[in-house]
Amino acid sequence: MDSRTNIGRVRGLGSAKHGGEHWLKQRLTAIGNVLLTTWFVLSLLMIPSFDHAALAQWLAQPLVAVPMILMITNIFAHARLGLQVLIEDYVHDDGLKFAAMTLLNFYVIASAVFGIFVVAKLAFTGAPA
Amino acid sequence: MMAKNPNRPLSPHLQVYRWSPQMAISIFHRATGFVLATAGMMTLLWWLAAIGGGAQSYATFQQYVVSAGADGTVVQMASNWFFRLVALAVTFSFFQHLASGLRHFVLDIGAGYELKANRLWASVAFVAAFFATALVALFVASRFLGVL
Repeated sequence: MDSRTNIGRVRGLGSAKHGGEHWLKQRLTAIGNVLLTTWFVLSLLMIPSFDHAALAQWLAQPLVAVPMILMITNIFAHARLGLQVLIEDYVHDDGLKFAAMTLLNFYVIASAVFGIFVVAKLAFTGAPA
Repeated sequence: MMAKNPNRPLSPHLQVYRWSPQMAISIFHRATGFVLATAGMMTLLWWLAAIGGGAQSYATFQQYVVSAGADGTVVQMASNWFFRLVALAVTFSFFQHLASGLRHFVLDIGAGYELKANRLWASVAFVAAFFATALVALFVASRFLGVL
């Protein structure tokens, strides 16, 4: 067992060159979210009617389906980064942290894929009667 | 890794400090982010899936989330009120997270750290989120729920 402090152990080794990756991705997805959710709110305000036929027709348009898929993907990417920090800050037990991180990854990937599939299916095949 | 000693002193945490807008906005950013990532996104996905699932499936969504109508069951009515609270929480979370997120962009370029400016913009983010939420709630209540 090495008796140096943690900082003493890594000092002088140089950076791993990906220290800023998480931080940058969080900001980039945040910019994407500002744009995409602004589109979503404006688009919602312009829907003439909220009955099923009108909504299905709205969502099936390429210019709605594509930004919707982008928004779902971008939000879950951003949520993954943010909830990862929450877990790192508040879950201290190594085993629990591993379990929480695994669940988080399952949650965001499964949810995003589900959302993408739902929108793509409607756009490609139309709404069932 | 050193073994953990549970008796080590803890630094003062949320319940010790006097609350200020600057610290409140930090914890609210996390809490609202959590609400959006869970309740917000699950409701959005249910809505999208209900639209994709057809008229019947969308009617079920409306009965449980929006309004069961006069002949709704007790469970549906309770669910309606639950989702009204969720909608309010998610709407506030959206505007709060957006406002404090925009504030973060300003802080990220190194601006807005002077004590007075920092405090002011933290307060502005809360006030903006509150009024935006109130505006949406009034709009929805008058257009869709027949209230007002």
